[in-house]
Amino acid sequence: MVEFALPRNSKVNRGKTYPAPKGAKRTKAFAIYRWSPDTEENPRLDEYTIDLDKCGPMVLDAIIHIKNDIDSTLTFRRSCREGICGSCAMNIDGTNTLACLKPIDEVKGTVKIYPLPHMPVVKDLVPDLTHIYAQYTSIQPWLQTQSAPPPDRERLQDPDSRRKLDGLYECILCFCCSTSCPSYWWNGDRYLGPAILLQAYRWLVDSRDEMTGERLDSLEDPFRLYRCHTIMNCAKTCPKGLNPGKAIAEIKKMMVARA
Amino acid sequence: MVARERPLSPHLQVYRPQITSVLSIVHRLTGVALCVGTLLLVWWLVAAAAGPDAFEAAQGFIGSIFGRLILFGWSWALLYHLCNGVRHLVWDAGYGFELDTLTRSGWLTLVVSIGLTLIAWIAGYAMMGG
Repeated sequence: MVEFALPRNSKVNRGKTYPAPKGAKRTKAFAIYRWSPDTEENPRLDEYTIDLDKCGPMVLDAIIHIKNDIDSTLTFRRSCREGICGSCAMNIDGTNTLACLKPIDEVKGTVKIYPLPHMPVVKDLVPDLTHIYAQYTSIQPWLQTQSAPPPDRERLQDPDSRRKLDGLYECILCFCCSTSCPSYWWNGDRYLGPAILLQAYRWLVDSRDEMTGERLDSLEDPFRLYRCHTIMNCAKTCPKGLNPGKAIAEIKKMMVARA
Repeated sequence: MVARERPLSPHLQVYRPQITSVLSIVHRLTGVALCVGTLLLVWWLVAAAAGPDAFEAAQGFIGSIFGRLILFGWSWALLYHLCNGVRHLVWDAGYGFELDTLTRSGWLTLVVSIGLTLIAWIAGYAMMGG
């Protein structure tokens, strides 16, 4: 359902302000979304002014610095700090990206940080991914075959067939794309969204997979696939430079080709 | 402790407008405007069929400054929807998805639709003799 305004319990209030430490020469302000399930309060935006000489160059470095040295209650996901795990996906300066790949000096003025958009919030910058993981499960993201495997080796793939997976296999499921998509915002309960559909296409074009027809059958639905209106925020925001919108267009073409 | 209902994270309120999403919503809005504009066109045709008095009234409204402004907006909506429709057609064929192509085709759609609208109106006024 299209609902432009936030529900009453989700409206963001002004929060606390943490001034710059004394003696700091290069400072930067970070306005960060906060919400805790342990209080009765609405979400709020806390503002931390930090000493850039005390932390690394990326936004993730800054929020780790805030958690370690200023406010240990700040909660976020992070792991690899090099853009391969997808944990630190969040909305920074108005678009979705990985905090570990976003240089602080790319942002003019205050760095505003929110959780991935239009998601239920577990705490602070941590969104609840239960539903989107369930959607991922629904496309059965594993190799499915009917023929017996060769007795003496694995199922092989020639280089040309393997090349079709380029631009797809690199997806780390950070969900920056799905949560940038207005169509997913309004219909995410039934529309699979760019991340999941890119994964669906990854299995549809795999030369070794033998369930292409069944996979297309399960996608042939006004909502699951066809809520994509080629808005293309997905490709614009993907921190890995992938193109979910194009993958979805390829699925639509496969639908037409088999009809 | 009773678990509290989770808040919904901000979306439209915080997402920076993108050339991709703005042109997309304009496509939707011009589509709605065209529906309303078509009613205006139907009114004009029905009035023409109904007789000289009704036609005079419709013509008077459409010919007024306000009517012409609406007509100008409607003609741009039509041409924008047409140009962006062509863009959608190319996408449906599987082309034009690269990020720089997307941006360029978007701006091109905007510029061409405005250009065609101006040309249509200049030509219209020239033919009416100013």
